[in-house]
Amino acid sequence: MERRDVVKLLTAASLAAIGLGAPEIARAAAQAQAALQGAPVYVPVFFSKAEWPMVRSLAELVIPRDARSGGATEAGVSEFMDFILNENPGSQKWMRDGLTWLNAECRTRFTRDWVQCSPSQQHAVLNDIAFPRKTKAAAKPGAEFFTRFRDLTSSGFWTSRIGIKDLGYMGNVTVPAWNGCPEPQLTKLGVSYKMSLHAVRRG
Amino acid sequence: MQTQPKRLEYDVVIVGSGAGGGMAAHVLTQAGANVLLLEAGGWWDNTKDSQMMKMPYDSPRRGAATKERPFGEFDACIGGWQIPGEPYTKAPGTRFDWWRGRMLGGRTNHWGRISLRFGPDDFRRKSIDGLGDDWPVTYDEVAPYYDKVDRLVGIFGSVEKLPNHPDGIFQSAPRPRCHELLVKQAADKLGVWCIPARLSIITKATNSRAPCHYCAQCNRGCMTNSNFTSGNVLLIPAAKTGRLTIVTNAMAREVTVDAKGSATGVSYIDKATGQDRHVKGRIVVLAASACESARIMLNSKSSRFPHGIGNSSGVVGQYLTDTTGTDVAGYIPKLADPINHNCDGVGGGHIYMPWWLNNKSLGFPRGYHIEVWGGLGQPSYGFMGGIEHYPDFSGYGAGLKNDYRRFWGATVGFSGRGEMIPNADSYCEIDPAQKDQWGIPVLRFHWKWSDHETNQARHMQETFRRLIAEMGGEVFSPMPGKDKGYGLATGGSIIHELGTVRMGGSAATSALNAHQQAWDCKNLFVADGGPFVSQADKNPTWTILALAWRAADFIVQQRKAGAI
Repeated sequence: MERRDVVKLLTAASLAAIGLGAPEIARAAAQAQAALQGAPVYVPVFFSKAEWPMVRSLAELVIPRDARSGGATEAGVSEFMDFILNENPGSQKWMRDGLTWLNAECRTRFTRDWVQCSPSQQHAVLNDIAFPRKTKAAAKPGAEFFTRFRDLTSSGFWTSRIGIKDLGYMGNVTVPAWNGCPEPQLTKLGVSYKMSLHAVRRG
Repeated sequence: MQTQPKRLEYDVVIVGSGAGGGMAAHVLTQAGANVLLLEAGGWWDNTKDSQMMKMPYDSPRRGAATKERPFGEFDACIGGWQIPGEPYTKAPGTRFDWWRGRMLGGRTNHWGRISLRFGPDDFRRKSIDGLGDDWPVTYDEVAPYYDKVDRLVGIFGSVEKLPNHPDGIFQSAPRPRCHELLVKQAADKLGVWCIPARLSIITKATNSRAPCHYCAQCNRGCMTNSNFTSGNVLLIPAAKTGRLTIVTNAMAREVTVDAKGSATGVSYIDKATGQDRHVKGRIVVLAASACESARIMLNSKSSRFPHGIGNSSGVVGQYLTDTTGTDVAGYIPKLADPINHNCDGVGGGHIYMPWWLNNKSLGFPRGYHIEVWGGLGQPSYGFMGGIEHYPDFSGYGAGLKNDYRRFWGATVGFSGRGEMIPNADSYCEIDPAQKDQWGIPVLRFHWKWSDHETNQARHMQETFRRLIAEMGGEVFSPMPGKDKGYGLATGGSIIHELGTVRMGGSAATSALNAHQQAWDCKNLFVADGGPFVSQADKNPTWTILALAWRAADFIVQQRKAGAI
């Protein structure tokens, strides 16, 4: 992109003039910024510079790389979260408050921020908030945050190319004939197409 | 596609391009009428515009809802509960959500294609249990039209000969999915009728339309026109007659009348320019959806019709009903660790449970049918939220990643859809002050559920939980109590509004006669869900289609006879 085009792009007025809303303007500005810097890395629009590495590490802890597939980082989950939160201004506070809580918890326990904690320290905190049924009263805000964060990680991971391939979702294609439930699954479930599909009528 | 009326006067002006408007346009143009149809939204052709084949990673929001598409960005229906510039109001204490579709074909672009005929009892409920009113038509009079609709549109199902669930002219139904066979097994044990679904999705080539290819994305609109939408099955073919003009982005304001009280046409706003326009028609058919048609009539005031055209009975806007609804989902351990396969099928359940009980000892009138969902569905925004409820889940990390894999498709859900009795507290009227962005007075809603409906919801909840238990499953949430209406969904949220321009046997107590013709104005007809005298344990769309065809035939016959 030519420098002068980038500068033009950075003018919020011109962006508003072509009908972009606030979230789109923020996104466009961030991308223009990145283009200026010549860097291909993703520049978050919603997450602050301090929050971004927290989110990346947390998402990877929720769904890590394993033998079958890459983890949240490789699947772009944090980028997905950044997009979603930027697009939904009415639904941002929980994330911000939750990351704040996480840092406060780490400072209380380990006198350092989340990103500076060791893996075992991070796990210690997660173990206290990842299981809602076992959460102690003091950790409840953390558990509520983490439950929501985990759900958002799942949303972002399993809908990514990596996630879809990992699950093995083979649908949303054209099939010439619908064959129903495959034999091995029928056997496993103890059902069969020999069953009548009529209504069972009692007297 | 036209953007402006071409003629000075049309034989028929139709407002609304959904099931009723589409069918009326189809039948009337076939019969030789020159028809102009006004649609509030924009053009839509599923064979070109559908996002059927999109994968979630094709969008940064992975299928999440947008303002324009509250059911998901790939869902076909443009519209919503809140439309900028088009408010509605509610009386204090009213909980009601009003959906508007704003596109060619309306709600038919994303509906569930559940296509159930009303049964003989459904047209004469007052005679049976003393509640509500009887229709001025019988099943036998509507049956030939259900047959025509089955043949024209195409529907799959199975012949079952169940009382009050008339069989149609069915194409073959796709086999149940794995989890549906488990459901069938459990239903059989509990004595709940469970049979192949009846969906307007074609499984063989029909009227030059290709059969379903089982991608399960029906709600996104079908690129091969294998499911029913008003736009692709009725309107686009009707336009080929050369006698149909469709004007999109046209917001109807009112039906105009002459001094004698005959309808003369429709005033509307051209949304692109904001200009007031008028189109003349010898006959006007309103099919803007039940509440919008009522609104148009109530706003069509004149010295001849001080309470709105066709409203000398005062019933327009009254007797508003919606389908009752509640859902329960359960984790079924047998379905964990699935053997992976393409589980898509059609975009809907391959089985369903029609109403099976006698009300004598139930504590509520009428009934409901049960819809089933589950399977290894396409991941989308919100995928497997709530993993923390599953037994022995791992919290986070490699174990959690494996939990998602193991539990994918292990949840089965049931949704009940039942019959509400019309009540005096549920109706819509014109708000005395509020207007929309074009200065058209808006609707104010009043709504109350009665014990009839909450007791029905309780029965749904209990039944679903028994089914899940019979499948060896576990429900993660406790049954909602009476204070929560036993989980009864908010009025309007099932999006089956009916009754606001009811037909009947007398001009004193109804707005329309048995042919959906206004008693007060014989060249005004209503062809959407407004004319319905009652709900049923069945969805309304197939009946909207059959009745619209019947009304259109009547119009043709009356025109030929010189009566209108």
